[in-house]
Formats: sequence, structure tokens, C-alpha cells
Amino acid sequence: MNHVSTLSDRHAVWSLPLDQVNPAQPQLFKDDAQWSYFERLRAEDPVHYTADSEFGPYWSVTKYKDIMAVDTNHKVFSSLSTLGGISIRDQRADFPLPMFIAMDPPIHDAQRKVVSPIVAPGNLAILEHTIRERAIAILDSLPRGEAFDWVDRVSIELTTQMLATLFDFPFQDRRKLTRWSDVATTVAGPGGLVETEEQRQAELRECAAYFMGLWNQRVNAPPQGDLVSMLAHGESTRNMTPQEFLGNLILLIVGGNDTTRNSLTGGLYAFSKFPEQYQKLRANPALLDSTIPEIIRWQTPLAHMRRTALSDIELGGKPIKAGDKVIMWYVSGNRDEEMIENPNELVVDRARPRQHLSFGFGVHRCVGNRLAEMQLRIVWEEILKRDLDIEVLGEPERVLSTFIKGYINLPVRIRG
Amino acid sequence: MAKITFIEHNGTSHVVEAENGMSVMRAAVDNNVPGIDGDCGGECACATCHVYVEPEWQAATGARTETEETMLSFAAATQDNSRLCCQITVSDALDGLVVRTPDGQH
Ligand code: HEM
Ligand code: FES
Repeated sequence: MNHVSTLSDRHAVWSLPLDQVNPAQPQLFKDDAQWSYFERLRAEDPVHYTADSEFGPYWSVTKYKDIMAVDTNHKVFSSLSTLGGISIRDQRADFPLPMFIAMDPPIHDAQRKVVSPIVAPGNLAILEHTIRERAIAILDSLPRGEAFDWVDRVSIELTTQMLATLFDFPFQDRRKLTRWSDVATTVAGPGGLVETEEQRQAELRECAAYFMGLWNQRVNAPPQGDLVSMLAHGESTRNMTPQEFLGNLILLIVGGNDTTRNSLTGGLYAFSKFPEQYQKLRANPALLDSTIPEIIRWQTPLAHMRRTALSDIELGGKPIKAGDKVIMWYVSGNRDEEMIENPNELVVDRARPRQHLSFGFGVHRCVGNRLAEMQLRIVWEEILKRDLDIEVLGEPERVLSTFIKGYINLPVRIRG
Repeated sequence: MAKITFIEHNGTSHVVEAENGMSVMRAAVDNNVPGIDGDCGGECACATCHVYVEPEWQAATGARTETEETMLSFAAATQDNSRLCCQITVSDALDGLVVRTPDGQH
């Protein structure tokens, strides 16, 4: 089924009239067939206008340096939810909770400063031990010599347990976290995760009530190392309104859920494509320092971020007008051969592996990047320690989305 | 040319010869000084090149830019002498510069 880069597909993409090139088609991402679109745009039209798409007209920014220019210019390129927010699909105006990822300075800055210290290196060290114990328990429970789905048994379970650890969330209820995260980001519709917008909002209210309960418990107890307790006791956070508290909490859950999950699957999948790289790492586990950021680059768990132009500006020689929708395709910039050598390959010992776009740059740069890296490092350290021989049995099924670049399943077997 | 000393959080020092015109971040990263990541390559857009400038060098290294101020405000464990060292340019006047790195970049 790997029709990804068959010549005819590539040829078809390169022969399209330029003005009909529209990479924002969820089906392309589901089929992993978006690459030739971006290759062509980087070569022929790096800042590209698509007049007609299911998401309306939009600009594609496809080269590393142009993406950096947009991401660092928040004065012109707005993240405001009321203008459409941060993804190509316009955000609903009635979205219930304020999140600083979809705000501009100065409000963004004030909120971010409150949350950021919670996932700073010093605090992460407190959580590392529990996260490692839980990762070990999951790895040791996996079947040997038998096919299973890596996404469900490992990636989802690990990320969910890690979230539960971070929030000290009642462990038996942990899959609620995954559910709320999925519901918060889904588009309601028949046959979808939720059928109606009413159902969606009802589930988010349930999430809100649950977390208010935890907050009330923790605010009256001595301070602990979990995020809810830190928010409840922190000097700068304890006076947040319930709305702010919940918005920030959901942002942390959503931010850390699919992204980390898909990096865990993406790493294993990449090693199956580049087995010699895994052997290099196996021979020298110290290379994990460069391998983890390289996996995150190669996977690019969020394919894009969106901005809305607040004023006219020229970018790459193109006239962007106030009000235009601008898509920073991280998935393309991370494969920009001008910045990254052999960008399509996973290389565990790159010279500058941390220079990638997966976490964005500028004032919105991912707050959870160190946490994500720590989680991935722990899992791969434990896999290497056990020298698990994991065989990927087939191609994964991918998510139908131009935003979340990830996997629905990946069949594997552990030899031995 | 300037000789720059980086002192890690655990006390280990690293002395680096840096050429005029390059940034202090670049001097660190190109010489594999641990504790400075420089994820954005010097665009003042990641705050992973955070250092503490020794007080006697604060005047010579100058003041923070507006963008630097904003990015630093999101970093962990900042102090009055915190700088993003991609925004400090090496010159003869900085020969002997001493900076310290935090316990982690965030
Ligand atoms: C490999 C995993 C992850 C990836 C690839 C990722 C990616 C991103 C990206 C691309 C942005 C927006 C950057 C921009 O607009 O310039 C972002 C923002 C954010 N991420 Fe992550 N993320 C990851 C893990 C996490 C985790 C574990 C958390 C939870 C602590 C988290 C929390 C956030 C938050 C709160 C923001 C908003 C920051 C702001 O607007 O100031 N992320 N992330
Ligand atoms: S290297 Fe990114 S801010 Fe200095």
C-alpha cells in the first residue's frame, strides 16, 4: 500500500498547474502523499497561495527560514482564536475555554509565564522517577513473539499514564484524559468522535467539573509535586479564575497528548525504515541526546501552525494582505534541504539535531518541549537497556488530518 | 579574538577562543560547551542559550533587546544578569568574559 512516492503520483503532482497546488487535503496526509506537494512548492513557489480549498483560501509557507520569519513576527501574524486561531480549520468563536496558545501578547505572555515554570527542568526532575517506573511496567508487560498494536499498547498507554502522573490524576480514570484531549480537538459530526457540538461541550464541562474537584482537594492539602497542586499553590497561579485554570489545564493535556504519542510511534517506525541507524544507537546509547530531537524533527507531530495577518506584509516576495490565513508548514520546513542535509532520512548523530521546527519558535514555542523530550528519552533508554528486538510488521494507518501528523495503529512483534 | 569562560551549573569550566563577530552562543555550541543548546540558531526565538553574565562583565556585554527581554521572561530561573547569549557579539572588548549556565535550558 506504499503508494507514497510512486513515480506516477509524483509526476502528477509536478504537472499540476501551480495555482491548483493545494497541500491542505486531509486525505493526502492519511496516505502520506503530501511530500511531493511540499517538494514542489519549496522548489518552485515557497510562499504559495491556494485560492480554493475545503478550508478556504490560504497561504502556504514551506521553507525553514520563511517559517522562522512568520513564527517570530507575532506583531503581524496573530494567533487569536477570534480570528480563527492556530490551525487551518477556523476555530469556533464559541470555544468554551481561554488558552494562551490562541492569544497574542500581552495577555499570552502573562498566562504563559504562569504555566511555564511548572514544566521547567527543576520540576521535571521530580516527576522523572514515577514516569520511568510506569514506562518500565508497560514495557515489561508486552507480549513476546506475538503481534500487537504498538499505538494502543505502548504509545497511547504510556502517554496517558504519563499525563496521569503529571496531574496525579486518579489512575483508574486515566483514559478520561485521553478522551477529553481527543474531544477538545475534534470536529463534531455524524460518525465522528462526538456527533454534535452540544455533546462535545457537555464532555468538556464534565472535564472541567472533574478538575475543579481535584483543585479543591489539592488547594486544601499540603503542596505536592503534581501540576494541579503546583497550580493550586503557586504564587502566580493560585489566584487564577476557574476559567483560566481549566483553559491552561486542557491546553497542557491537549499539547502533550497526541504529540508525544505520535513521536513514540514515529520513532519506532523510523527505525524500521532506517535499521542501520538503530544499530548505531544500540552500539552507542549516548547518542540518545541527538536521537530524541531527531525523531521529533523526522516525525513533526504537528504538521502546521496557522496565523492570521493583522496587516499587509511581503513574505518571500509575495504580498500577504491583512486578514489572510497563513499556514506555516513545519512538516515541509523540517525537510528543507537548504537547512538540513538528507532531510528525509533519520540520522541519529546529526551535527545540529536540535535545529528543527517541530516545537515552533518565538513567543509561542512549545512550553512542554523538555517534558516531551524527557518522556521519549526514558522510554528509549528502557528499550535499549532491555535490548528489545521490535519488528514492525506492516505499514501504519495514519490520521486523517492536516494538523495532527500521526498514526492510528502500527503492527509490531517483539522477537524473543 | 576573545577568550570566553563558560562555567557549568556543577562548577565545571570550559574556556573557548572565539572570533570577533560571532555570537557567544555560537562560540559555545561550536565548541560543544554543555548546557547551551541554541535551538533556534541565534534568532532570539527559543531562549535555550540562557546564561548568567558575571557582574563585572555586565557593562561590556550591554543591555537586553526588547525581543530578548520577552523570550527571557519565559525562561526558568532568570536573574538580573540573565542574557540570551546569541544576542552577545564577540569582540576584543569581551576578551576574558565569564558566563555561567543555568541547571537546564527551557
Ligand atoms: C513532541 C511533542 C510536542 C510537540 C511536537 C509540540 C509542538 C508544539 C508546537 C508546534 C507548538 C506551537 C509553537 C508555535 O506556535 O510556534 C506548541 C505549543 C505548546 N505546547 Fe507543545 N508540543 C509537544 C509536547 C508538549 C507537551 C508534552 C506539552 C505539555 C506540557 C505541551 C504544551 C504546549 C503548550 C502549553 C503550548 C502553547 C505555548 C504558547 O502558546 O506559548 N507540548 N507545541
Ligand atoms: S539561540 Fe535561540 S534564543 Fe539564543
